[in-house]
Amino acid sequence: MNKNKPVTLFVQCLVDSLYPEVGTALVRLFENLKIPFNIPLDQTCCGQPAFNTGYRKEAVVAAKRFIEIFEDSQVIVCPSGSCVDMVKHQYPILFEEGSSWQKRALGISNKIFELTEYLVDVLGIKDVGARFPGRVTYHDSCHLLRNLGIQDPPRRLITHVRGCQLIEMAHADKCCGFGGTFAVKFSDISTAILEEKVNHIIEARVDAVVGCDISCLMNIQGMLSRKNSPIKTLHIVQLLASS
Amino acid sequence: MVEIETEYYRQNAAKAIDNSVLQNALSNVQDRLGPATARMYEELPEGPGLRQKAHKIREVAINHLDILLPRLASKIRDRGGRVYFAKDAAAASAYCLKVARANQVKMVVKGKSMVTEEISLNQALETQGIEVNETDLGEYIIQLAGETPSHIIAPAIHKTRKEIAELFSLKLGIDYNEDPPILTQAARKALRKKFLEADMGLSGCNLACAQTGHITTVSNEGNIRMSTTMPKIHMAFMGMERVVAKLSDHDILFRLLSRAAAAQNMAGYVSYIGGPRTKDQLDGPDQFHLVIIDNGRSRILADPEFREALYCIRCAACLNVCPAYGKIGGHAYGYPYSGPIGAVITPLFVGINRAKDLCCGEPLCGACKKACSMDIDLPRMLLALRAKLADGDPGWGVTRANPMEKFAFRIWSLVIKNRNVYDLALRAGSLFQRLLPQKNGYIPAIPFVLKGWTQSRDIKPLAPKNFLTTWKNRKNKS
Repeated sequence: MNKNKPVTLFVQCLVDSLYPEVGTALVRLFENLKIPFNIPLDQTCCGQPAFNTGYRKEAVVAAKRFIEIFEDSQVIVCPSGSCVDMVKHQYPILFEEGSSWQKRALGISNKIFELTEYLVDVLGIKDVGARFPGRVTYHDSCHLLRNLGIQDPPRRLITHVRGCQLIEMAHADKCCGFGGTFAVKFSDISTAILEEKVNHIIEARVDAVVGCDISCLMNIQGMLSRKNSPIKTLHIVQLLASS
Repeated sequence: MVEIETEYYRQNAAKAIDNSVLQNALSNVQDRLGPATARMYEELPEGPGLRQKAHKIREVAINHLDILLPRLASKIRDRGGRVYFAKDAAAASAYCLKVARANQVKMVVKGKSMVTEEISLNQALETQGIEVNETDLGEYIIQLAGETPSHIIAPAIHKTRKEIAELFSLKLGIDYNEDPPILTQAARKALRKKFLEADMGLSGCNLACAQTGHITTVSNEGNIRMSTTMPKIHMAFMGMERVVAKLSDHDILFRLLSRAAAAQNMAGYVSYIGGPRTKDQLDGPDQFHLVIIDNGRSRILADPEFREALYCIRCAACLNVCPAYGKIGGHAYGYPYSGPIGAVITPLFVGINRAKDLCCGEPLCGACKKACSMDIDLPRMLLALRAKLADGDPGWGVTRANPMEKFAFRIWSLVIKNRNVYDLALRAGSLFQRLLPQKNGYIPAIPFVLKGWTQSRDIKPLAPKNFLTTWKNRKNKS
């Protein structure tokens, strides 16, 4: 696809409020790659927290709003696999079969892409010209991997970062235990799952763990910090925007 | 009746997480079977896409149970077998007792069967003074220990070798020994006697085929073949969903079952049973009974949202990849069916409110769907169950599970609807978090609803300036 096609960015609520540095890196990356982009200022949340907890009526509020803001875009790119999965696969089932809202949801589901998918699979970019000296490991986020089938693009981008060595941890594709409100409501189970993930990361002896979803990274970072581990957590866009 | 403990999911899960022996056992079974099954799917001559084909086969079969079940029954009856349709657990057990009484049955041997756990058949027989002997080694161990299965295929994975050695020395009167071959030999010797003396053999049914009118049983120990051919009477129990139309369909399902359940091309012992011994046959039972059990399945069948749950053939592949099952084990689910499939069907069987924690207590990672031999969309159904709990559902008799949570999400929906309100909420959050102590740039403890998070994790505070505000300022300047 054409690199000159303007991209509309959905930055994800967690990035906006807790990790603005990821948003800044996203902007820098698009500027480095000279891809024209815009960021709608009235965007908030895709509705996933409500949907995954069962609150569909509330998720519909978010979905309608998202559709209204983004449906005129040519391409929507988001640095989060689970948000893209929400828009792409769950929006259509939120609305009544055959309704006009469902048609609009289906319309939008064809033009939203996860960041690494867009760069690698759509634009054919492998080397974004980044430099990051150090050993990193990559965590496959669940919805990104299993619902969107994205496994190779992030790895391809990481291995093309200068100075960066990708070390595969054991069970990279296993869940980190986040699961949205699950992490808070069933914290014992969530913690036990996370503990295993964090141990695999530590065993990989890396400088940083990289992922495509800030929600999983927030979970992982929370425990690494609690364990006083020096391992950094980086959203892939931070890696790709570093020089 | 089966003891339902679904209300104690959290407590039982926490107990399981603290049990280091169980943690090791669960890791072992998952590390061994999860990846092995995935590899075997890849190596299928038809490729892993065979799962999607099997899904279609199940869809057709479940949509035509009204044709397939009578056909299966009439073929079996033609061969002199008897078929009983049981509407619930009580009817199924009562039928078994009736036959047992009519034939002066004092002792039965039994192959591993989850549906008989579901209907609490052992208890029903034992309270009437009939001795029941489980003959699958794992089931035998837990029966001796007075416990319930913790895995659909490997019922005793929660027991250590040491525990089994102690149990066998106590119950079988052998010298204490931890050597598995010696323990197995002791069980074999004790069970051989039971096989020879039993008046009736009971089994489950892995699959049934309407075209040929037979049921299929699968085992690796030969115990089911012994249970179904040695005694004079064989009674098999099947959930009413376990039938397929044609032998060619059966073949596909059977091959997937072996790979999904035990990472095998084929189990050690496979029996196709379609009736009692014929006159010219030397071996086999004189009577063959098939009990086809509804026990809530019709209700699932009637709901298009959950009908897919009936495609399950209980291979347990989802247990072997589920991160939640891998930490909490089977007993935490408080019902015979555990893991992702248990989290979906148990609420449908025992009541969605009653089993609400089962369908909310996993991270929705989707590994179960990828591992499912029938490609069942379990995450979709978990979400559908959560939706019923969120707002209630008269059809399933569900009441709203958490009005406070509902209220919170109502507020949330008002906040995210308007960017100005959203920004105000962010600012309010920033003010509130000033009250919380920080350490190295993180908040180590949050009170109230988010308490669970900081049990094991720190959290970053809300940024002093959120991204979109920074971006807006930059845009305005340029």
